[in-house]
Amino acid sequence: MSDAALTQALPRPARLALGETATAWLLSAPAIIAYLLMLLLPTLATIALAFTDFELGATGFAWIGLDNFAEMLSDRGFMTSLRNTIIYVGLVTPGSIAGALALALLIEAGTRGRTFFRAVFFLPVVSLTVAMAAAWQYLLHPSIGPLNAMLRVAGLGAPEWLSSSSTVLLSLAAIGIWENLGFNLVLFLAGLTAIPRELYAAAEVDGARHAWQRFRLVTWPMLGPTTLFVLTITMIRAVRVFDTVAVLTQGGPNKASQVLLYTMYEEGFTYFRLGYSAAITLVFLAIVLAMMWLQTKVLDKRVHYG
Amino acid sequence: MAERATPLYRDTPRLLLLALAGLIMLMPYIWMVAASMKPLDEIFRASLTLLPERFHAIENYGKVFARIPVGLYLWNGLVVCGGILFFQLLFAVPAGYALAKLRFPGKEFVFGAVMLGLLVPPHVQALPLYVAFSQMGLLNSYTALIAPFTISVFAIFLFRQFFKSLPDDLIHAARLDGFSEMAIVWRVVLPNAWPAATAFSIFSVVAHWNDLFWPLIVVNGQDYATPALGVMYFRSAEAGDDFGALMAAAVIMTAPLVIAFLLAQRRFVEGIATTGLKG
Repeated sequence: MSDAALTQALPRPARLALGETATAWLLSAPAIIAYLLMLLLPTLATIALAFTDFELGATGFAWIGLDNFAEMLSDRGFMTSLRNTIIYVGLVTPGSIAGALALALLIEAGTRGRTFFRAVFFLPVVSLTVAMAAAWQYLLHPSIGPLNAMLRVAGLGAPEWLSSSSTVLLSLAAIGIWENLGFNLVLFLAGLTAIPRELYAAAEVDGARHAWQRFRLVTWPMLGPTTLFVLTITMIRAVRVFDTVAVLTQGGPNKASQVLLYTMYEEGFTYFRLGYSAAITLVFLAIVLAMMWLQTKVLDKRVHYG
Repeated sequence: MAERATPLYRDTPRLLLLALAGLIMLMPYIWMVAASMKPLDEIFRASLTLLPERFHAIENYGKVFARIPVGLYLWNGLVVCGGILFFQLLFAVPAGYALAKLRFPGKEFVFGAVMLGLLVPPHVQALPLYVAFSQMGLLNSYTALIAPFTISVFAIFLFRQFFKSLPDDLIHAARLDGFSEMAIVWRVVLPNAWPAATAFSIFSVVAHWNDLFWPLIVVNGQDYATPALGVMYFRSAEAGDDFGALMAAAVIMTAPLVIAFLLAQRRFVEGIATTGLKG
């Protein structure tokens, strides 16, 4: 359809000086160009790279099919990294969701201190992660850290937190929970405010005397869509863990805290094995896409709950 | 759930629980600030007193300012965040308007591309972009720090949704008044979409002020280091075990956003929690 036909077919109070189509493309042009250059082409290039043995500084490269992916399977570093990422997500997701839900319920149960406590719990979300990681490093320091000083006073042992391979992932997950809690809390608070007050009154009439019964009968089912949404979004955020690992452990000790993005960073930008790094990136992308797919599937089903 | 105001004595257990949780949450901040004011020997004694016996803040903070170009890092952070936000708005607002209010062939295709872009985390483009910037000799530059983020498909999506809810009459009236489409975008539509623009701006600035991944890849050395990189350099090169000075550096670099957050708390929460859903 030509521009003229389009504008004639759809009568409008005022015509555009330039045809509507031309105007629309002109207005979108900067975004489209930036999209092609910074998003689409690089993404396609990453996909292509994953099937090559390209290394920065090497003179040429060859197409090696699925060799990079085959290498991953026998690469102890990568497999550890994949396992660690799954464990990290598995710890941070339930931890930050349960904590956020409990705190949101506590905040919503009264009128005092709402804004104040919301601000306190949200603070880590706006804080410079690298700087806060340094603060955590001091807090968790085996010999001079305040946490172990407290444990010593209480007569408990002094774990090495970030420098022992048995506790490092746990410590990073604790920091991850601390980082994500406030974000989830705000989402839960929004979900809670949306529950109609009459439902609680009705539940009480029906004999739900205790707070727990009201939670089970009203809050939990009404909060279902919010919870599922928070679940997937936390998983997607957690799988991107990078900053704390890069600052605190560099994947150590002995690869005990290697995670996907950090392994990808090391392979690509420390060893300059770009082909292999691109293949790891694709694994990362596949995981993120799977989670997003899950999100749309689950949300489509449950969104009409209330 | 509280219909009437609960008396304070019945509210106390709830408030105490929240206060305890809040205290745990604030632990890193409390000890960070405390250590930034202590001399090294007090820190190494690992005592549990928060207040320093000898006030050492001037020495610690002085050391940070003497050893690293704090002002330069903060300035770089400002330029990078400001530059990114400027281009994001410049590109996304007109595109969002076209998608929301104009009819044109190919619109579904463009919108589909936007939705597709939403699925891809920014880490995926890092390798080819790094190679490209390196080939062009653009590593260590504001260009390398800003350019990859000039396109925000999320901003296009957000503005499209918001512009759609604006009445068509507003735009028709502006056209009758002889406004060009460009003028309509910037002088009619955008001022009416202020909540969306503020929310997105806060989201964007927080994300890029705190970003470590991309600056770590393209920047080497002090000249273009952002605050995140600054803390990292100071930690690995200068401070080592000098936790007093390191905590002082952490306080300085964290302060700007935290202060902004405390001043405009509601807007921050809305901006990040409603727009940050992108994850």
